[in-house]
Amino acid sequence: MTEVMVRRFINIGERTNVTGSAKFKKLILNGDFAAATEVAREQVENGAQILDVNMDEGLLDSEAAMVTFLKLIAAEPDIARIPVMVDSSKWSIIEAGLKCLAGKGIVNSISMKEGEEIFLHQARTIMRYGAAAVVMAFDEEGQADTAARKISICERAYKLLTGIGFPPEDIIFDPNVFAVATGIEEHDNYGVDFIEATREIVKRCPHAHISGGVSNLSFSFRGNEPVRRAMHSVFLYHAIQAGMDMGIVNAGQLDVYENIDSELREACEDVVMNRAPANSNLSPTERLLEIADRFKGGEAAVKVAAEWRGWPVQKRLEHALVMGLDADVVSDTEEARHLFARPIEVIEGPLMAGMNVVGDLFGAGKMFLPQVVKSARVMKKAVAHLLPYIEAEKSAGSSSKGKIIMATVKGDVHDIGKNIVGVVLQCNNFEVVDLGVMVPFQTILQAANDHGADMIGLSGLITPSLDEMVTVAKEMQRAGMTMPLLIGGATTSRVHTALRIAPAYAGPVVHVLDASRAVGVAGTLVSDTLRDDFVAQTAVDYELARARHGRGQSKLESLEAARANAFHPDFEAHPPVQPAWTGVQTIDDVSVADLVPYIDWTPFFRAWELAGQYPALLDDEIVGAQCRELFADAQEMLAKIVDEKWLTPRGVLAIWPARREGDDVVLFGDEARGEALARLPFLRQQVAKREGRPNSCLADFVHPEADWLGGFAVCCGEGIEPRLAQFKAEHDDYQDILLKALADRLAEAFAEYLHARLRREFWGYGADENLSNEDLIKERYSGIRPAPGYPACPEHSLKSVLFALMDVEKRAAITLTDSFAMWPTAAVSGFYFAHPQSHYFGVARVGPDQLAEYATRRGVSLEQAETWLRPNLD
Amino acid sequence: MTIADDLRSAAATRILIKDGPYGTAIQGLGLEEADYLGGLELNRDQKGNNDILNITRAEAIRGVAQSYVDAGADILATNTFNANRISQADYGAEHMVREINLAAAAIIRDVVDRASAVDGRQRFVAGSLGPTNKTLSLSPKVEDPGFREVDFDGVKSVYREQIDALLEGGVDFILIETVFDTLNAKAAAFAATEAGDALGREVPVMLSMTLTDLSGRNLSGQTVEAFWHSIRHVKPVAVGLNCSFGATELRPHVVALAGAADTLIQVYPNAGLPNDLGEYDELPETTAKLIDGWAQEGLINIVGGCCGTTPAHIAAMARAVAGRSPRNVPEKGAMLRLSGLEAASFAA
Repeated sequence: MTEVMVRRFINIGERTNVTGSAKFKKLILNGDFAAATEVAREQVENGAQILDVNMDEGLLDSEAAMVTFLKLIAAEPDIARIPVMVDSSKWSIIEAGLKCLAGKGIVNSISMKEGEEIFLHQARTIMRYGAAAVVMAFDEEGQADTAARKISICERAYKLLTGIGFPPEDIIFDPNVFAVATGIEEHDNYGVDFIEATREIVKRCPHAHISGGVSNLSFSFRGNEPVRRAMHSVFLYHAIQAGMDMGIVNAGQLDVYENIDSELREACEDVVMNRAPANSNLSPTERLLEIADRFKGGEAAVKVAAEWRGWPVQKRLEHALVMGLDADVVSDTEEARHLFARPIEVIEGPLMAGMNVVGDLFGAGKMFLPQVVKSARVMKKAVAHLLPYIEAEKSAGSSSKGKIIMATVKGDVHDIGKNIVGVVLQCNNFEVVDLGVMVPFQTILQAANDHGADMIGLSGLITPSLDEMVTVAKEMQRAGMTMPLLIGGATTSRVHTALRIAPAYAGPVVHVLDASRAVGVAGTLVSDTLRDDFVAQTAVDYELARARHGRGQSKLESLEAARANAFHPDFEAHPPVQPAWTGVQTIDDVSVADLVPYIDWTPFFRAWELAGQYPALLDDEIVGAQCRELFADAQEMLAKIVDEKWLTPRGVLAIWPARREGDDVVLFGDEARGEALARLPFLRQQVAKREGRPNSCLADFVHPEADWLGGFAVCCGEGIEPRLAQFKAEHDDYQDILLKALADRLAEAFAEYLHARLRREFWGYGADENLSNEDLIKERYSGIRPAPGYPACPEHSLKSVLFALMDVEKRAAITLTDSFAMWPTAAVSGFYFAHPQSHYFGVARVGPDQLAEYATRRGVSLEQAETWLRPNLD
Repeated sequence: MTIADDLRSAAATRILIKDGPYGTAIQGLGLEEADYLGGLELNRDQKGNNDILNITRAEAIRGVAQSYVDAGADILATNTFNANRISQADYGAEHMVREINLAAAAIIRDVVDRASAVDGRQRFVAGSLGPTNKTLSLSPKVEDPGFREVDFDGVKSVYREQIDALLEGGVDFILIETVFDTLNAKAAAFAATEAGDALGREVPVMLSMTLTDLSGRNLSGQTVEAFWHSIRHVKPVAVGLNCSFGATELRPHVVALAGAADTLIQVYPNAGLPNDLGEYDELPETTAKLIDGWAQEGLINIVGGCCGTTPAHIAAMARAVAGRSPRNVPEKGAMLRLSGLEAASFAA
């Protein structure tokens, strides 16, 4: 997978910078380029995603050093893997560096300090070499210090650059991190200026990135490393939240936010955020200076450094993990191994406990990626030491029944179902090779070969995944494979498998309804005696299904006839209600606790394949006990999610002036309804209806002259990844699935919650409604919120329109895959229709006439539309 | 409409056909030293200098080009793969570069224009730029990995000389092909942009990468997606793969590139893998069937042949893909797309 889904912070390796690293400078000055190359290698190994190279040093022929070094690292595949940032204050050195880059790198930096002409000349040259650029907030007047100057300079640069065709996504602003707490009053607000400017620049300059050199901030505390580290961590904590997404940061210059002495952290917060200290009449700077000396030389740290080796081994392991110290981890792990009955318990016990702490801190934004990578390395070392002992223990056990490759197909990120099946199979002694999510067919086939697998299991939740499964089947056929292919996941069906997937592959293809069937099917397929009969029977079943398909289907009306039978809401009795507010806004003032009351538990149990209505399920004769146990575990985790703030709900809400044009809903930026913002093509039911039943289309619910439409995207996946990583590493699939299922429910609850607020507050048409939670779940309110990809609006690609309109990626950190799946997965997006007669329905099958027209309305080729609408076509 | 627009609109309706190689065709003519040298006064042996034939045996080159037109090619490349100062130095003919390229461009322009005058179908001339035999990213000295035989500005000026002559001779596109070192290709593309500046217009380029191992990397180590990120800034009218291996081995990398690139995909593979004697045995129908497989999957916009393919291969391909829908050029959202040897993308 090369296209990266979510990157909250891009980590730039900065040890190959003579201005930042004394060690590197010495190596370069001594001409020891071989050792300097090793510094670069270490940076990449430590998780740098971009390598900053700077040779600005008076005693050096900087241009020659830059060129030599770049040529040398080009010869090292494990270094040259990542992009290079050519860093210099001299343009000639930058250009010399660009001439050495086969890849697309970044220039650091250009600015308007010598005027627009030179700036634009340099920008044009960079475009010709094919690089991105860091743009300093610097103009003819000098470096921008206040937030207002930073914003105006960056905005001006953005307009100039995009004006000459410089791609906005290739612009990385550096709004200048300046030293604070210098004793000069004008400097006190510099931290706030950067953070506030960042917040505004990302709004005004779409697609641009924000970077900064963090170590400048603490310049006035030179020689007091503990204080500097604390300041950096506090600053990053706030700047990243404001939108900073790239930075030159060394793990060694950071502290774990949570581990900072609370008094020091408080003082740093005051300095960075320029707040008056509580319970003190000192200024923030005076307050930090007052206490700084106590931390100087890291007395506390030195004490700990001396002390921690004397702690009990569990505590030592945790400390090593959190601090990323790997020197003694192997001997400590070995010591721990003797304390437990089984080597696995060392992993499950002290090691996971330490990683949990790391995960918690990272999830809360209090540890940063470079530090986490270090922790992971320590963990890996420990696990590597234990593995031979674990293996030795295993070989005494029983052999596996068969090996199965499992994957969620490319374009899809949903894996709850797949993980459940995986666990069930493992419990039944199958060996499962789980390739994860977004897996391209090459990887699946390769893994099947490499592992000598007995079968492949594919999973997917969204409809475009159906096509991707067909692709995998075709590729298996092309590769001449014969092993069985199992198909599962919420969107899959026996009919689709029979109709589309099985014909693409000559080997056995079996649709597996749910996890409980998986073991039976897999077991049969590896059985010498049962396999052939089962395969033959399945083939016959599918042949029958294919034959039956198409028969007994109701007739499709022409699109024209369907339109003539449209649904007509009574706009006279219920004219459109003017919303109290229109526009787009980020919703980030919601806590998980606010959402809990809105949870609909029935689908939660369904995710666990426990069918039935909540709460009756809890008293069910057969599954009741199981449900109660699961419910108790869910409540326990939910309490933790709330108390320990595991998840951060974030969303976007919009209401636009709108009107209906045919089957399209056209959106506008203001009430004048002049130039359209966007056009949303909706699909109409074409299946022939009984007398008196309309052929509905969502557009029917919108007034043709003046109406409004809402949009939303909400997510409860923020913060989930570190937890899941934890559970995965812990091999605790149960917690993993439980958390994902809860996050999904919370996202749905968020949508419900926001819908309620929309009715009562933002739109206001239901200001006086008074409904219980049960009423809400039963949707006893006015208006609907259909989501793209669901029956009333089955075409997933509308999500991309909705996302662009509301800037969802930025505002709610939800991204779309190529197949329009949302990531993180615990997300819901859709439209709000307010008319009291609007209702849910299924578009179901559409005819070739609507397909062709839809392609035109959506502005895509017929083939593209066909791919998108495949599940709705005959 | 610019010529690039013409190409794009033709490519929107059908899969276009590119020609096959000159090398294989010229080999079949059994030319001797005297044929190569013609009346030129050059100090070194010219046998093997296929590019000099544009001057000394213009009719032979015209014949090859005509055979590809007859086979149904829409895009004809010039016979100038080595017509650059670096490669011609091996034949002591570096002072002939301008003349060779002018002659080569004139031949193909004429063949194409005559054919189009007859049937009214628009065809295109691509001025071919080979990689040269020097590389900007690799050291020829094992013991000195930082050493380079050439530098960026040098390679850029070598290409500029060739591009200026090709454009003067009337080519429509600059085709930077068989890219084994992306940095060489970037220098060539840079030169094309500068040539366009001098002419006051945009010079459209096509780029075609060649892979040196089955894992899908070129000689300088880049993956196809990294290659695309590295050259996307010149807004190539087409990007693709050529040479490398046969269609079977090339396929996964065509899939990867077709998924990544928001421009036309042009692929011209070899006629399978060479046998023990270095000859290509794959039959035209076999190559055509493989290519048609790509067409049916919607992977390609332009196809042709490289080493070992003949006019019969091109004709078979043209027949096979006639009526097939071309690949839809996907739209790609804004994202910071960088690369080292591997691609790296970051959403804003």
